[in-house]
Amino acid sequence: MAYFLQQLINGLTLGAIYALIAIGYTMVYGIIGMINFAHGEIYMIGAFVSLITFFVLGAVGVTWVPLALVVVLVSAMFFTSAYGWTVERVAYRPLRGSFRLAPLISAIGMSIFLQNYVQLLQGAQVKSLPPVVTGGFRLMESGGFAVQLSYLQIIIVLVTIALMAGFSVMIAATPLGRAQRACEQDMTMAALLGVDVDRTISTTFLIGAALAAVAGMMVTLYYGVIDFFIGFLAGMKAFTAAVLGGIGSLPGAVLGGFLIGIIEAFWSGYFSSAYKDVAVFGVLVLVLIFRPSGLLGRPEIEKV
Amino acid sequence: MSALLQVEDLTMRFGGLLAIDRLSFAADEEKITAVIGPNGAGKTTVFNCLTGFYRPTSGSLALHREGRQLRLERMDGWRIARDAGIARTFQNIRLFAGMTVLENLVIAQHNKLMRASGWSIAGLLGMARYRSAETTALERAAAWLDRIGLVDRADHVAGTLPYGDQRRLEIARAMCTEPVLLCLDEPAAGLNPHESHELNRLLLSIRDRDRVAILLIEHDMNVVMGISDRVVVLDYGKKIADGTPNDIRVDPAVIKAYLGEPET
Amino acid sequence: MDLGRLAKDAALAAFVALILAIPLAGFDTNQPGASAGIATRWNWVAIAVAAVFVGRFVIGFLPRRRPGGRPPVVSLFLAKHQNILGWIGLGIAVVWPFLPFASQYLLDLATAVLIYIMLGWGLNVVVGLAGLLNLGYAAFYAVGAYTLALTASYWNFGFWEALPLAGLMSAIVGILLALPVLRLRGDYLAIVTLGFGEIIRIILINWQSFTYGPNGINGLPRPTFFGLPLAARAPGGGETFTQFLGIDYNQAQRYIYLYFVTLVLALLVNLFILRLRRLPVGRAWEALREDEIASRALGINPVSVKLSAFAVGALLAGFAGVFFATRQGFVSPESFNFQESATVLAIVVLGGMGSQLGIALAAIILVTLPEFGRDFAQFRMLLFGAAMVGIMIWRPRGLFSIRTPSIRLRDAKR
Repeated sequence: MAYFLQQLINGLTLGAIYALIAIGYTMVYGIIGMINFAHGEIYMIGAFVSLITFFVLGAVGVTWVPLALVVVLVSAMFFTSAYGWTVERVAYRPLRGSFRLAPLISAIGMSIFLQNYVQLLQGAQVKSLPPVVTGGFRLMESGGFAVQLSYLQIIIVLVTIALMAGFSVMIAATPLGRAQRACEQDMTMAALLGVDVDRTISTTFLIGAALAAVAGMMVTLYYGVIDFFIGFLAGMKAFTAAVLGGIGSLPGAVLGGFLIGIIEAFWSGYFSSAYKDVAVFGVLVLVLIFRPSGLLGRPEIEKV
Repeated sequence: MSALLQVEDLTMRFGGLLAIDRLSFAADEEKITAVIGPNGAGKTTVFNCLTGFYRPTSGSLALHREGRQLRLERMDGWRIARDAGIARTFQNIRLFAGMTVLENLVIAQHNKLMRASGWSIAGLLGMARYRSAETTALERAAAWLDRIGLVDRADHVAGTLPYGDQRRLEIARAMCTEPVLLCLDEPAAGLNPHESHELNRLLLSIRDRDRVAILLIEHDMNVVMGISDRVVVLDYGKKIADGTPNDIRVDPAVIKAYLGEPET
Repeated sequence: MDLGRLAKDAALAAFVALILAIPLAGFDTNQPGASAGIATRWNWVAIAVAAVFVGRFVIGFLPRRRPGGRPPVVSLFLAKHQNILGWIGLGIAVVWPFLPFASQYLLDLATAVLIYIMLGWGLNVVVGLAGLLNLGYAAFYAVGAYTLALTASYWNFGFWEALPLAGLMSAIVGILLALPVLRLRGDYLAIVTLGFGEIIRIILINWQSFTYGPNGINGLPRPTFFGLPLAARAPGGGETFTQFLGIDYNQAQRYIYLYFVTLVLALLVNLFILRLRRLPVGRAWEALREDEIASRALGINPVSVKLSAFAVGALLAGFAGVFFATRQGFVSPESFNFQESATVLAIVVLGGMGSQLGIALAAIILVTLPEFGRDFAQFRMLLFGAAMVGIMIWRPRGLFSIRTPSIRLRDAKR
């Protein structure tokens, strides 16, 4: 029982990170109908920017943890959003209206570019960060196994839920959110009605990147080690989460994220951690075959 | 003439939107049936249901062929084209724009050629059975090129053709599948009067020479009145009239749908 | 040409570059010693900003890409002289080992080029002809390579026995992968193939009892000449090829033999693909790529067309995988990672999707370029990524290709 609870806690934490990345996939897909393959790399960049900001703060002697966290958060979100914005402008915008495969290939190319860009600039070795947020609760003990719930885990899950709530409100109530929904439904019509489609799309990428940056920061704090390759796997799993929840649906992405996190944690904990990625991939295939619209999505009807 | 296609109580719902409401009509063999109505009446939706792109919410679509009855609402789109023998053109022309005119016509004969090539084995080995099938296919394509006047542009890339020629090519391509029913979605759209006249001639020759039934969505009344044997009028997804062109011309419900009530 | 406006655009781009460069270029976590160490590299930031400013300025002078505009001069030239160029290439390929500067190293390099050409052609069937983005192609040639390694290791199969089996295994795996996911849209199919590539790699690493895990398998069999091995001594004490001929053994002979065997297979693959393109199955691939909806309306079953493309692509990868393995003499899971899949994809994209000659040229360039220096090899993947984005924007049909029709009207007069 205790072991089960621990896996659940770990799974939810991991899931929160996936949820943050998944929101970026789902928002971009909703508005321009394509998978942003480079999004995983954006998350990785968020992690690196967080790491570097921590080091810089350490070097200048800022040690008060709450201040450091806020500064790193702002820094990560700012710089990573810039990357997200640039990716859209450079690799996707020129290809609007091009043949079907073009934006996909461009996205793959961008993903490869960013991975190697970071690898060349920061080296291929694993980077580590000494623990910043420590401590937690010991929830219960059973059979010699203690269930730990760390402060960091609580922070991660709460931040994710807060961000999701905030963005849901934004989508529903603000002009930007309305513009986004309009573009999702019918871009031409939205443009004719005066919506600045380019700006709406750019903003969508910015927000997605900012959330991925938060995920990157969380992962740096949580695991303490990062490398240039984390975007690849995390990206695929977060994408799986977005599909599971229903691509195009914000609550779906969050739900999917938590579910994937839990599935991965339980698979690792009870079966084998070597094949945990295979398990998540299996989920993707099953969802795409049996329920491509996901748990909360609506089935797509193609227009001829 | 017997009914080739029998549509019965066809209903199509998209979420909360009722696009087609209990529509029933028939298209006869070797006749031209036109489906008309104001924009948004559901005409293309009917086509999409007929050709397997949408799964109807309810109702039946029966094609009578060689004594059998094929229920289209249960079939995949490509099966409808292959087994039922229903070919279609699209509102926004869907040619294989990067391929040549000739290639477009040859691809339409894919299924026959595929069978003759024996899963490509006979084709790879260059066996006579495949070579003769290919020659037949080319001859059929050449005959159609002649009928639509594109023989000297057979090796031109289809996307570079002028608009009117592209429309005709799309029709010829559909005919190369040797259908029993040809569904045309606004074939006269964007054509000038001379081209519409040529289109009329082509469609009449398809009906009379090739003995193929035609189901036609059109807004151009010269085409509709000029060649249709029967006209079905839709408005807001419902059938509001069904008869000969002359009947339709004076039908008060039709006039109201198109022109509105006269002001009093 | 509004220079003022161009300068403003360039300045804006440079400003964005500044923001992007500050965290990742400006700081360096590479310092040895304590992992919390960090150094600054502001000169790198300055260089990046300046480069972007200049680059953006220069790009403003390039002609805008016009869709449907005239294809570039290079492509037109290549298309027109396709046949001649093909024969010239073949001629060079045949005499390559006998040229005065040919060394073992160059011979081995040429063999590698041929293998990547085959891989490019194979992936081209899936991506270029059928328009299906496959991001995990390495998995298929991994199956081919491991079939050789495992049959040799468990059952003592030789090269020639394993070759057809490898193609078959790979094709079966390709079909099994494709079957459940063929109805998916392009994006989803791409991600699934990406995942599949990773899964195969993970299985190869972890199923140690069967695949020997991360250590790989070495001592792979080399192609024999009708059973006579090209070696100094025959294993098992039989006759070797050179003993049969009564000449001395020289290691270069082994390289030359492998090179020619690879060349012959590459030619067969080329003929096979060219033939398929003229058959209904090949035309259906291209029709599907052009417009799936129109294809369905013509009675073409999209699932079986996609399946055939995947199967043929996998089959060819399986064959290429055997050569890949035998050239190295060993296999390990790390040889079949995403970087490999991405390299083959880059070859297809750069060379021109659908063009045999273009892909061959791209393979030659992409495989030989890294050999020109360590530094270059480091930047290889970075350039591939940038090139893929650039090609899609400026030359979406690839650097070298132009489509030639699969049938002409005069063919009817035969």
